[in-house]
Amino acid sequence: MNFLRFIFENRGQVAELTLEHLWLVGISTLFATLIGIPLGIAIARRSHLDKPVLATANIVQTIPSLALFGFLLPLPWLGARADRLAILALTLYALLPIIRNTYTGIRSVDPSVVEAARGMGLTDSQLLYQVQLPLAVSVILSGIRVAVVISVGMATIAAAIGAGGLGEFIFRGLAMVDNSVILAGAVPAAILALVADYGLGWVERRLQP
Amino acid sequence: MLYAMSPAAETPVIEFRDVAYRVDGHEILDALNLQVRRGETLVLLGRSGSGKTSTLKLVNCLQSASSGDVLVNGVANRDADVIALRRSIGYVIQEVGLLPHYTVRQNVGLVPKISGWPPDRISSRVEDLMKLVGLNPDLASRYPHQLSGGQRQRVGVARALAADPEILLMDEPFGALDPLTRDELQREFLALQQSLQKTVLFVTHDLREALRLGSRIALMEAGRLVTVLPPQEFVRSEDRWASAYVRAFGGDLGSIADRRSS
Repeated sequence: MNFLRFIFENRGQVAELTLEHLWLVGISTLFATLIGIPLGIAIARRSHLDKPVLATANIVQTIPSLALFGFLLPLPWLGARADRLAILALTLYALLPIIRNTYTGIRSVDPSVVEAARGMGLTDSQLLYQVQLPLAVSVILSGIRVAVVISVGMATIAAAIGAGGLGEFIFRGLAMVDNSVILAGAVPAAILALVADYGLGWVERRLQP
Repeated sequence: MLYAMSPAAETPVIEFRDVAYRVDGHEILDALNLQVRRGETLVLLGRSGSGKTSTLKLVNCLQSASSGDVLVNGVANRDADVIALRRSIGYVIQEVGLLPHYTVRQNVGLVPKISGWPPDRISSRVEDLMKLVGLNPDLASRYPHQLSGGQRQRVGVARALAADPEILLMDEPFGALDPLTRDELQREFLALQQSLQKTVLFVTHDLREALRLGSRIALMEAGRLVTVLPPQEFVRSEDRWASAYVRAFGGDLGSIADRRSS
């Protein structure tokens, strides 16, 4: 339980890094949501776009994270600050689950319900906002939940390019060969992931139609 | 009343003019010519795949004709405002298609709401409609999955009637119900139709239902209209397909057809 003492003695820094971590995850999830949900809706409605978009998001997902950080480093404005880079990379990783779940959620709304609604005279946007999105909301939310959990883990690697976050303890501990320092980064990160998973899971169940 | 005096009285409410409908080169409907008159219940009878549901969906533009014209009140559907057209036509389907996340009240009030009615007018309309179709007002705050099949179907009918459309399209509305509930709803449909006098296009594969509810029966087979006859003539028809249908159902069909006319 050495790491608990370490955490207690460095609680100021732990809090700071946790906040940094949350910032990286929060802002990148927000971006991914703002991009991913409209994109998922678009490909659910225009079916010729679905395969290329999902394939692209899939490929991005398979790039090893350290390599992605490396690729992005030479970019002009973004490469200048590590946290911008980290946010971009995390956003790219978070896109796939959000796009895919939005797409699946909308596509899996009972076709007879959609057809009846169209038959009633709902416009395309009424259909989207009053029927498809409300019925897909829990599936979309579970995509966001997966994205957050992935990001919390992925964000620890952001410390490798100096973007901060709980990964700093992990890399420092690795360099010092000191498990308690590694755990001081890993355990709070794991707790963050669990809390986010549980919290969003709760919201998801509440919104179940 | 206006219609009775104007020359529009001669215009069929729904008219199919030489309509064909193809999907990926596959022919669903061909050379369809049919008129639905004001206030009648025209039943489209036929087996699965005969094209009767497609015929129905051509009316509210859920499908569009490959050639020929579908006219509603003399206006060709290809020139019509689709959204306005659909809102002016009541639509009831077998799976009901109630919005599962809406309460009974919201489902029934759907068309008035999207048409921009004020809320108090919607709620009084919903109340009236639930009474009209025999639904207990206590059910208004329930969700569709909390209702029985018969109740769901009643909600479907109430929803279709909400904006007081002149035309009702009904696609096997009672098909999924148990025989007793179906009988009850058919009886109520007849009573309702007697007072409301809607122009109804009704799809079924059940000859008994067709004889009982229809003013005229349009028999369809493999995408073609075979014949259009009133129920009493249908049961006595010499037509190959019509008599095959009558034989298949057997029993006292004549009495069903005649009881209607009496």
